[in-house]
Amino acid sequence: MGFLHRHRWLTPYGLLAAGLGWLAVFFVVPMYYLAATSLKSGDIDFGYAFTWAWGNYAHALGRYQEQLLRSLEYAGIATLAAFLISYPLAYWIAFRGGRWKNVLLLLVIAPFFVTYLIRTLAWQTILADDGPVAGFLRTIGVLGADGRLLATSFAVVAGITYNFLPFMALPLYASLEQVDKRLVEAAEDLYASRPVAFFKVTFPLSLPGVFAGTMLTFIPAAGDFINAQLLGTPQQAMIGNVIQSRFLVLNDYPEASALSLVLMLAIVGIVVVYARALGTERLGT
Amino acid sequence: MSATADVRLERVTKHFEDVVAVDDLSLEIPSGSFFAMLGPSGCGKTTTLRMIGGFEQPSEGRIFLGESDVTGLPPYRRAVNTVFQSYALFPHLSLFENVAFGLRRKGVKGDEVKKRTREMLELVGLGGFEKRRPRQLSGGQQQRVALARALVNRPRVLLLDEPLGALDLKLRRQMQLELKRIQNELKITFVHVTHDQEEAMSMADQIAIMNGGRIEQLGGPADLYEKPATAFVAGFLGASNLLDGEVCGADAVRIADGTVLRVAAGALAGRTGGSVAVGVRPEKLRLDASGVNVLRGTVTETSYVGVSTQYIVETPAADLVVYVQNAAPGAGTLAPGSAVSLSFDPEVAFVVDHV
Repeated sequence: MGFLHRHRWLTPYGLLAAGLGWLAVFFVVPMYYLAATSLKSGDIDFGYAFTWAWGNYAHALGRYQEQLLRSLEYAGIATLAAFLISYPLAYWIAFRGGRWKNVLLLLVIAPFFVTYLIRTLAWQTILADDGPVAGFLRTIGVLGADGRLLATSFAVVAGITYNFLPFMALPLYASLEQVDKRLVEAAEDLYASRPVAFFKVTFPLSLPGVFAGTMLTFIPAAGDFINAQLLGTPQQAMIGNVIQSRFLVLNDYPEASALSLVLMLAIVGIVVVYARALGTERLGT
Repeated sequence: MSATADVRLERVTKHFEDVVAVDDLSLEIPSGSFFAMLGPSGCGKTTTLRMIGGFEQPSEGRIFLGESDVTGLPPYRRAVNTVFQSYALFPHLSLFENVAFGLRRKGVKGDEVKKRTREMLELVGLGGFEKRRPRQLSGGQQQRVALARALVNRPRVLLLDEPLGALDLKLRRQMQLELKRIQNELKITFVHVTHDQEEAMSMADQIAIMNGGRIEQLGGPADLYEKPATAFVAGFLGASNLLDGEVCGADAVRIADGTVLRVAAGALAGRTGGSVAVGVRPEKLRLDASGVNVLRGTVTETSYVGVSTQYIVETPAADLVVYVQNAAPGAGTLAPGSAVSLSFDPEVAFVVDHV
């Protein structure tokens, strides 16, 4: 009789070990160092020392509040836009895709075959002042004669929306695909018109996908810095740009760490409120 | 056209691409009746039900509910409700909200919704379960919720699409009685689709036996059983023995071995010749020579099933199935190989066209 055979209760822990180890090494330990660094003081030339420097937080919040709020705002708008674009798309694929379902899903994730950076650079060309989109919008008068798309908030939000769209579309598809079409028939049998049946049955049943999709879009979008850097100007800087430059350009590790933790706590706070609002009980079904 | 028909189908045809599911079907379902559509899978019974419900539109023909032509109307504009085979309960809603769904859509007031929903849950024996979710219920309970959810709307017609198919035998029998009770109580027209002949016979006032998109025969359970019009009906509804032969008189048929069988006057329905089959139900054959028509043969198989003993008897004309009721205890069983006489009287036999 082997050891594992006699101690079968160990099996689930054994299966979890790899994941827990990963989490410990790549999440818990870095979080510890991040938190410790955020409370240090000093400078890059003379070294940083741990001094319970809570002032870093006050300073970071005071100075970069604007970028922090802008990040949450851009991420929120991009998430909403991605939702409005993805929902009809996912709905159509799930309910009408038929034998083309897999091909259509492949098309949704096709952009991932190209690097994130390259895709975002492509948007520079698309939105360029002498590009086709800006030209067209000037012609129909939506954009003024010297109006531009690139280097605006619109460009940054559009870039984020585009880049994270599949993260929204796939979970939505997964939950819509599972909605029993016969429930829609039952709703229509019970005097619900098509739109009412959608809002009373299909949509509530797709909420787990809505929740997963918005989380997977909002969280990385709030910390993104590529879109703001390539498609915006310092006026569109997000908190990710600040953190990136404080870490890698200015070597101000304590304040960069403090900002990172502030962003994380802000996101956790928003997620908790959002999950409550959507109703955890409904998500369980 | 009868003024008391709740559902009327006029020459309805439905095809899906090349397949004809329902073929030129006309039908009237009397108000307040329990009407069953019975047939093998693919006979068009479910498609017919779905056309009454509005889930499918007929390729040709018209559908009336009462006096109004509902052809082309979507389900939510028809005064019918359906109990689905899969129940199709809304998993995200409580029982109360499931049952109240239709009332809320119709804009019934809150107090009234509460009262009618509670009453209906009481009627199906689920009072006090209002807050539960469908997945917390057993199959039989879900079935009752599906029934309550449809009936609470007081539909003109209730459609039941094989509603008992997923239940085990005991529960199914129990639900059959309950459905019958509820129908008696509410006097709503029930249209019930099933492939279970016993279920149709025990519940329905009228049964339409369907085959190949058409109604093979329509009538009360006893009519269909005693006087099936076609070999298909005779075979689908219960067991029957068919003896092929030729008409040889106003009330006589000569079967394969040369025996002339007497049938009731009128059973030949005016036939004066041609190939027919004389049918006799297994329980109507007697193991003696006392009847008008007598056949001789040998027992080849016996099986004791409690209420009766079933024999297969080989005769020169055909192998016949015979059920003998075990009315008295210890009424011995014939061993295979025994020579027996079988007899029946003309009035228990029926005649169908030769297949």
